Amino acid sequence: MPSLPRPGLPFLLRSLAVAALTLLTACAGEAPDAAPSKLVITGSSTIAPVISDIARRFESEHPGTRVDVQTGGSSRGLADVRQGLADLGMVSRAPKDGEDDLQWHALARDGLALIVHADNPASALREEQVRAIFTGAIDTWAQLGDELSTFDEPITVVSKAEGRSTLEVFLDHFELTAPEIAADVIIGDNQQGIKTVVGNPYAIAYVSIGTAEFEASQGTPIQLLDLGTITASTDAVRRGDYPIARTLHLVTADEPEGLALTLLDYARSAAVADLIEGQFFVPLAP
Amino acid sequence: MSRWRPDADRARLDDRLLVVAARVSAAASAGIVLLIGGFLLVESLPALRALGVAPFAGMSWHPTGGTDGGQFGLMPMLVGTLAAGGGAVALATPLALLAAVVCVFLAPPRIALLLGRVIELLAGIPSVVYGFWGLVVLVPLIRRLEPPGPSLLAGILVLALMILPTLALAADAALRAVPRELLTAASALGLSRTTTLVGVALPAARSGLWTGLLLGVGRALGETMAVLMVCGNVVQVPGTVFDPVRTLTANIALEMAYALDLHRAALFVSGLVLALLVTVLVLAAQATTAGSEAHP
Repeated sequence: MPSLPRPGLPFLLRSLAVAALTLLTACAGEAPDAAPSKLVITGSSTIAPVISDIARRFESEHPGTRVDVQTGGSSRGLADVRQGLADLGMVSRAPKDGEDDLQWHALARDGLALIVHADNPASALREEQVRAIFTGAIDTWAQLGDELSTFDEPITVVSKAEGRSTLEVFLDHFELTAPEIAADVIIGDNQQGIKTVVGNPYAIAYVSIGTAEFEASQGTPIQLLDLGTITASTDAVRRGDYPIARTLHLVTADEPEGLALTLLDYARSAAVADLIEGQFFVPLAP
Repeated sequence: MSRWRPDADRARLDDRLLVVAARVSAAASAGIVLLIGGFLLVESLPALRALGVAPFAGMSWHPTGGTDGGQFGLMPMLVGTLAAGGGAVALATPLALLAAVVCVFLAPPRIALLLGRVIELLAGIPSVVYGFWGLVVLVPLIRRLEPPGPSLLAGILVLALMILPTLALAADAALRAVPRELLTAASALGLSRTTTLVGVALPAARSGLWTGLLLGVGRALGETMAVLMVCGNVVQVPGTVFDPVRTLTANIALEMAYALDLHRAALFVSGLVLALLVTVLVLAAQATTAGSEAHP
């Protein structure tokens, strides 16, 4: 049997040496930080991605600190802070009655816009019309009023998959439950919603308002529908004028101090506005 | 005292290394399959323990629904998976078989080579590209025919396109492996081209063709991104091919990122069901090929 070419021993040795050195340097790197300051943040899976982004930047600007972000829902965030298991909790809603034992710090706003194709003659919908469309009570555009009477086309209702925060905001605002939605298309992320609307002039979808506004400004053929007389824009969300939105909060047990305060101030500063917008939320720092 | 022969020693060492490496690889491959199965089972256990098996046979899926703990019926998605995968295989198989027949038997060598290369190229296109094409070209076309557009039909067409090269390449390889003597004998008997193909070449290549079909079915059932983009993902048993459907894979991809607790475990049950489905198909195909080889 002809002998197969073999990797030489030196190659193996070299790889082992490299691996060993990597391990050594990794250990050496941690050794000097005898007392690394560490923060634990738990809670809403809506907020976790943006806090993780912020934490990563925070860690690189404050060497020696570690921020541990875990999900488990807003209720876990509240419970962990109360029990002292977490320094900060992430809660994706406004405080309810009996929750003012904690300190609530607004982080960002999460709003959604109803979007249609740019060629769709609709420009505004009233609350009850949106509800009728998404429950299937109205299924053609012409049923929505005189100005749409010539647009006699079936409505394609685009909704989000269960578990998505946008769906929660939508259901909360319109006081609906997931089984009541009569969807023709169910999408995952915002981009899929925008592509669906771009490909279908009869479709209506709701997506994060930051994404919708950005895409519309980039010339994507979509338009944001006004809600009644209220214009849908991130500015209106920031001011609190636009109602289909909620405030994302960080909570602490007491008046925050030390590293927790530093991180909290950092997370609410303009320095991380790009990260918040990157996750399609509306930063509060203008 | 024997003469020292470094080459022989080295060859023996090589042999031993090769055998060890092969055994380790084989054990690892088998082990990985078992580990995946175990992992799926462990992750789905919370849902199976809390709910039992019966709710998963239900017809409606609202995993985050309210106080009653939600509904976890996977049946519409199982139907959606089988309809999309089955439709795609039914559509792509004859096309792939004909393409392979042309490549192997009918076309002049140069054209056959070119055709083969193009099909190989088709096999290399990532699925998300097919999905994107489906979303921006195919879905609007179907919408013009019958709204809303994202539908079982779009899924079947995109999947058929995706598995076509897999099926064609496998059929090509299977047909090329048909012993030349059989074909020579057939032509010596004065059989027509059609009779040679249908009566001699295809039966002789049957085992390879089945393997290719199995690969295609596996790819069609497992495909996620393209299907997620064009199928509409509404959880329902489709009445016509223009109705949107959700497949088991799309269900996992859509909801996994934000699923917690029971919802998350229920998504692993989706994965478990899919794995079982593919296993059953593989076993069935093996039984069929074994039977066909026993009685050629």
